[in-house]
Amino acid sequence: MNWMKYRWLYLLISGTVIGAGIFGLVKWGFKIGIDFSGGAVFEYRFPDGEVKTVKYPPLSQEEIEKVRQDFKNRKAEEVRFETVGPAIGPELVKKTMVALIISAGGILLWIAYRFKSFKFGISAVLGMFHDSAVLIGSFSLLGHFFSAEVDFLFVTALLTILSFSVHDTIVNYDRIREIKKKYGGEFYDIANKATSETMVRSLNNSFTIIFMLLALILLGGETIKWFAVALLIGTVSGTYSSPFVSVAILVTWDRLEKKLKKQN
Amino acid sequence: MLRLSSPAKKLILIFILFLAALYVSSPLQKKFNLTLGLDLAGGSHLVFEADTSKIPSEKKKTSLSSLKEVIERRVNLFGIAEPNVQTSNFEGKDRIVVELPGIKDTKQAIDLIGKTAQLLFARLQTPERSDGGQAGASATDSADVLVPTDLTGADLAESSVTFDKTGGQPSVSLTFTKEGGEKFAKITEENLGRQVAIILDNEIVSSPMVQEKIIGGQAQITGSFTLDEAKKLSIQLNAGALPVPIKLIEERTVGATLGAESVAKSVKAGIVGIVMVCLFMVLAYGKLGLVADLGLLVFGVLTLALYKMIGVVLTLPGIAGFLLSVGMAVDSNILIFERFKEEKGQRSVANALEVSFGRAWDSIRDANIATLVTAFILANPLDWSFLHTSGPVRGFAITLAIGIGISLFTGIVVSRNLLRVLVKK
Repeated sequence: MNWMKYRWLYLLISGTVIGAGIFGLVKWGFKIGIDFSGGAVFEYRFPDGEVKTVKYPPLSQEEIEKVRQDFKNRKAEEVRFETVGPAIGPELVKKTMVALIISAGGILLWIAYRFKSFKFGISAVLGMFHDSAVLIGSFSLLGHFFSAEVDFLFVTALLTILSFSVHDTIVNYDRIREIKKKYGGEFYDIANKATSETMVRSLNNSFTIIFMLLALILLGGETIKWFAVALLIGTVSGTYSSPFVSVAILVTWDRLEKKLKKQN
Repeated sequence: MLRLSSPAKKLILIFILFLAALYVSSPLQKKFNLTLGLDLAGGSHLVFEADTSKIPSEKKKTSLSSLKEVIERRVNLFGIAEPNVQTSNFEGKDRIVVELPGIKDTKQAIDLIGKTAQLLFARLQTPERSDGGQAGASATDSADVLVPTDLTGADLAESSVTFDKTGGQPSVSLTFTKEGGEKFAKITEENLGRQVAIILDNEIVSSPMVQEKIIGGQAQITGSFTLDEAKKLSIQLNAGALPVPIKLIEERTVGATLGAESVAKSVKAGIVGIVMVCLFMVLAYGKLGLVADLGLLVFGVLTLALYKMIGVVLTLPGIAGFLLSVGMAVDSNILIFERFKEEKGQRSVANALEVSFGRAWDSIRDANIATLVTAFILANPLDWSFLHTSGPVRGFAITLAIGIGISLFTGIVVSRNLLRVLVKK
């Protein structure tokens, strides 16, 4: 199948999804959890089983006690309480950036080493950034429409999908390498063949991961629901981006290189 | 005699390993237990920031480690099982992370840990008038001033809660060290008929009148304590004063009921997810899928056993990491089976199987190492201060990394030998 012919379509799809995310980011920003903004969250359970979660900006110890007393008077049991100072947020952002850079750098070097080409490494990392952009953008939209918060677990998900993203990419690259060695030929055709041959495996593997994540989203409880959603978005985007972003970029890169060579 | 072929021998070894792991992971044995994190078992996670601004930089390290010791002593004396106290540092800010599993009254614990508890004895001295005692000078001038003595909390040998003989009021009794007792005797001798102030964290707790010289190194603080306050003060004095003041900057408390519910929900989600994955594998690959499911079973049991043996603290994100690794564990099988479908047309079944395992290995290795790179950075095993050191992220990364490691073994070694034996038949 001639997958690489429709590169314009992939660009359009990715562009639309990421564009919508950027639109959401500019218009509404994120719904930021207390991990970043600082503040307090109380979760109370009333005798009739009703659960109430209340959020506050950073509170003093006295104010916290006041809220507690208020709920105690209404016979509610405190099941969860979190308070985070305002100083933690910027620190988290900084550490996340460092972790992102080191992960991306490490993966870039590993792929460049395994496939003996920086072209492969860079294309894979670009696919990775594509998935991060999709996830970040969609959480702006999910935050606006479904109050999904950006918190510490979101950051964990963001870093985890980096590895998901390259997982499929590497399998595809590996096939490209094998076909090239065995049969040779135009890079464009090799990429097509490799994509066809790895498509079923990519989809099947994503299905198994999606099953696990869907089970977590539907049955796993509130605390990790959005974490699982973030991983799910990352998995879907990661499966998509391997052939349609990373390999597509490789093909385009290859063509540009050849054009430049011809001109010289 | 039937001679066992090598794959069969390997299978027997794997089976023995499986049984051993099954034993460890089952609740039958009591030696290895699954450690649940605070979000599952219930408890409090507290982060304090230490104010080290007044400590010279060369002394910072020792005062932080003694800070940690004092907090540990206080928490232990408070009677909490398996507390965890750690120091962390980010860009010059020193933190103490205190984890208290199963605690009921977090506020008490925070008060207990956070108070510096610097004990000081001071005498009240009437300032001498420099101008020869001119009458009419403002009264405030003649107010007594506090002059700290050399007797401090460091001279204490022990402290405990006692009750007032008359009113039954709780009070805190102090027993000084030998040296402290001598100091105390000297102070009481010099201040007969005058007040001595007992100062805790710059506040006067009580200022009793000295009636007689006290020898024997015993004293009592009677303030208007509640029983809880007296207990807390006694613990703080026993554990020693904090070398630097600290401030609470973060608290996360999860009730035990909520934790238990999270466990139940994750287990349910996990079972449903795993069943779906197993069904999918059978639907997609038939008999081969069954082999993969067997491999998955071995994977689950080995993973659980390893968690118990190396003492992984299982958190909610950690469970997510484990479930995710289940999804990824079948990936190596999928890779191999897809390859097998292609190769089957070109050679014999047994041969095609070997070739598929060989060819798929490259991509399996390359892809999983990339995942391990991220897991390593998230787990941050070397405690680099520029990366996350938080429990939940770590828990997730560790379970993910263990999952990848074991999935390589079950996905390759276990299913390969299973298939070798089955295909020959």
